[in-house]
Amino acid sequence: MSQATVEADVLQTAGKGVRENPVDKYLRMERMPTIWCPGCGIGTTVNCFSRALDDSGFDLDKVAIVSGIGCTGRVAGYLKLDSFHTTHGRAIPFATGLKLANPELKVVVYSGDGDLSAIGGNHLFHAARRNADLLVVCVNNFTYGMTGGQVTPTTPYPAIASTTPYGAYEETFNLPHVVASAGATYVARWTAYHVRQLAKTMGEALGKKGFRFIEIIAPCPTLYLRRNRLGEGLEEMKFYKEKSVIKNGADPKDVGLDYREEIVVGKFVDIERPTLEESMEKRMREALGAKYVPYQQPGKMSPRS
Amino acid sequence: MTTASAKPVAKKKNFRGVVVIKHDTCKGCGFCVEFCPLGALELDKGYNAKGYHPPYLAKPELCNGCDMCGLYCPDFAIFGYREKLEEAAAA
Amino acid sequence: MSNAQSSGTLTGSHYLDGDHACSEGAIAAGCRFASGYPITPSTEVVERLSQRFPQCGGRFQQFEDELAASIALQGAAWGGAKAITVTSGPGFSLMMEHIGLAAITETPCVFVNVQRAGPSTGLPTQPAQGDMMQARFGSHGDYRLITLCPNSPQESFDLTVEAFNMSEEYRVPVIVMLDEVVGHMTEKVVIPPADQIKVTERRWTRKKPGEYKPFDANGALVPDMVKAGDGYRIHVTGLTHDDRGYPNMTVPAHEKMQLRLQDKILKNVDSIVRYEASDLAGAEVVVVSYGITSRIAQKSIQMAKDAGLKVGSFRLITAWPFPEKQIAELSRKVKAFVVPELNLGQMVLEVERVAAGRCRTIAVPHVGGTVHDPEQIFKKIQEAVR
Repeated sequence: MSQATVEADVLQTAGKGVRENPVDKYLRMERMPTIWCPGCGIGTTVNCFSRALDDSGFDLDKVAIVSGIGCTGRVAGYLKLDSFHTTHGRAIPFATGLKLANPELKVVVYSGDGDLSAIGGNHLFHAARRNADLLVVCVNNFTYGMTGGQVTPTTPYPAIASTTPYGAYEETFNLPHVVASAGATYVARWTAYHVRQLAKTMGEALGKKGFRFIEIIAPCPTLYLRRNRLGEGLEEMKFYKEKSVIKNGADPKDVGLDYREEIVVGKFVDIERPTLEESMEKRMREALGAKYVPYQQPGKMSPRS
Repeated sequence: MTTASAKPVAKKKNFRGVVVIKHDTCKGCGFCVEFCPLGALELDKGYNAKGYHPPYLAKPELCNGCDMCGLYCPDFAIFGYREKLEEAAAA
Repeated sequence: MSNAQSSGTLTGSHYLDGDHACSEGAIAAGCRFASGYPITPSTEVVERLSQRFPQCGGRFQQFEDELAASIALQGAAWGGAKAITVTSGPGFSLMMEHIGLAAITETPCVFVNVQRAGPSTGLPTQPAQGDMMQARFGSHGDYRLITLCPNSPQESFDLTVEAFNMSEEYRVPVIVMLDEVVGHMTEKVVIPPADQIKVTERRWTRKKPGEYKPFDANGALVPDMVKAGDGYRIHVTGLTHDDRGYPNMTVPAHEKMQLRLQDKILKNVDSIVRYEASDLAGAEVVVVSYGITSRIAQKSIQMAKDAGLKVGSFRLITAWPFPEKQIAELSRKVKAFVVPELNLGQMVLEVERVAAGRCRTIAVPHVGGTVHDPEQIFKKIQEAVR
């Protein structure tokens, strides 16, 4: 049915009736299309996340999403949940405060590699150490996309970035290793190619407690790929398919990423230990006994009369 | 644009795949075409209003409604589903 | 308007220092979340909260830095809690970005700065009032907040309660500016029974999910509030946004948002401004002061009166918004304002600006580290009368 010019949005019924995309109900459709470039992997991760939400059966009124600044930071604006687009690097402490004040919520932080591991690094490590009850989704496209493609703590040697025009020269973070050693209780990595596994992992992580971290390697065609002459988003997705090796249970210290080398994916850490709130409560009870007055979940809002 | 084949996916199957495409939301990244497990999609030679080549169901008889295209799409511009043939015929 | 939660309010007559009184003010106002980071001379506020909160249903979390503390309280606010964070100069500087975030997202919360001498590490254990302009202009961009200046431990209690009330009334972050002396001086603090303390509750919306827009003031100036988890599916962003909270980075949207944020405070200035004035009638000189300096100024004014001079006092309780009307009116009647401050001239600039040359404005600066000698201020009052 190839035509010289395709008609815009003609929906023909081909059966029972026109269906809407099942993920539409998780999106702020009035804000579509997204600002992300053609071939950007962020949208694919959001697609997987929406599927995970769909399958989870959770009360989505109680799922809140907090993001930082950057291309991935825009995720909060597109998901139809209580969403908070905060400052650069500080989504995690905002989310920690939100969760401590409203323990019923499931709080997800969705942000990029620069936001979370550079400016936000301190907060990342401490939240992992405390086992703050947050799911952190880190889309790692090896660049600060929104600002034009600068080097981040994950940009591998010797990739070109706008602030390393002669090639990145620093050692990079192996993010799963960093968060696992800081104390994260659930650590996984997939690429944007691994849509099924990613949706499943996201669903599993949503149902758990403690500091959960999912790194998603994703293409940035306009900046990282273009500057390094690596093709379009599609080429990169094919590269992920070719170079990924699934090693569930791998030791996080062995999953570092080198430029254009093997990408180890899978679920690396899945343990349990008391969350920040649980530790806090336990200590208070032990120390104060009957004098302890636990924090109360904020009740129904009662408008002023 | 919704497209499907009048014929079932395989001789013994009683369902077919249906694909719904929002042409003007598509940014022509090509993920759906590449990752359709059955190779049923292709990029149209024509353009949408933004100048991208959206996909179309080139081989509708191959589509089994698995929705891998939908899962990959970064722009939520395509999804697929399965439809039982009796229901399709009855409509 | 309802009254303070009775569990927690420390009703009675106490000897407390300003820091501790501030903690009790927060508790009496219904605050049940605090974030903090140690910094002299403010640490006692959170130390006390860390001890008191588990006994009255609050949660205190010490964070890894002031950057985290200053945004965690905003997360807590959107989770439905009244929230506070406390710091001093260097931490206040770190918190500036997030004060701007609270301003643009209209998050009700309270920031406390127990001022010490700066700049930078300065004199950690010694007083100054050098952050007054920073309280107004410290974050980038245009925004208007409310800033309160207690001059005693009793006021530290009272004005912390007031700060929470104002933050809920105007959906704005409110800054309480103590200084090291007020923070560390011990005086009698009377805390009334909970049902006698005016506590303003959050302006929860009556609208249903789907109808409510987080930044729609419905023709008025202050939008209603919700909390996460109640099905409103709000979006809150630090980007310039429309009534729905969605980023709208156009000039008309920016203008609309910015002007309402400004008007929210400026058009309500008559209800917000607080000051304490005495002996204004017939005064030739009015001493304009705030915080601990106002206590020294009292002595100086007495010395001047004893010398036969006609001196009045105007004490800023809200430093911001600045009481322009009142100062402008006074400038038409007096020979001079005398403005002692523990800094090299900050609020005096406002006095001078508003007086617009109708009278003299005489600064009595002091680098900080200690308080003025009353003699210094008295001398300037004498100069002013000549």
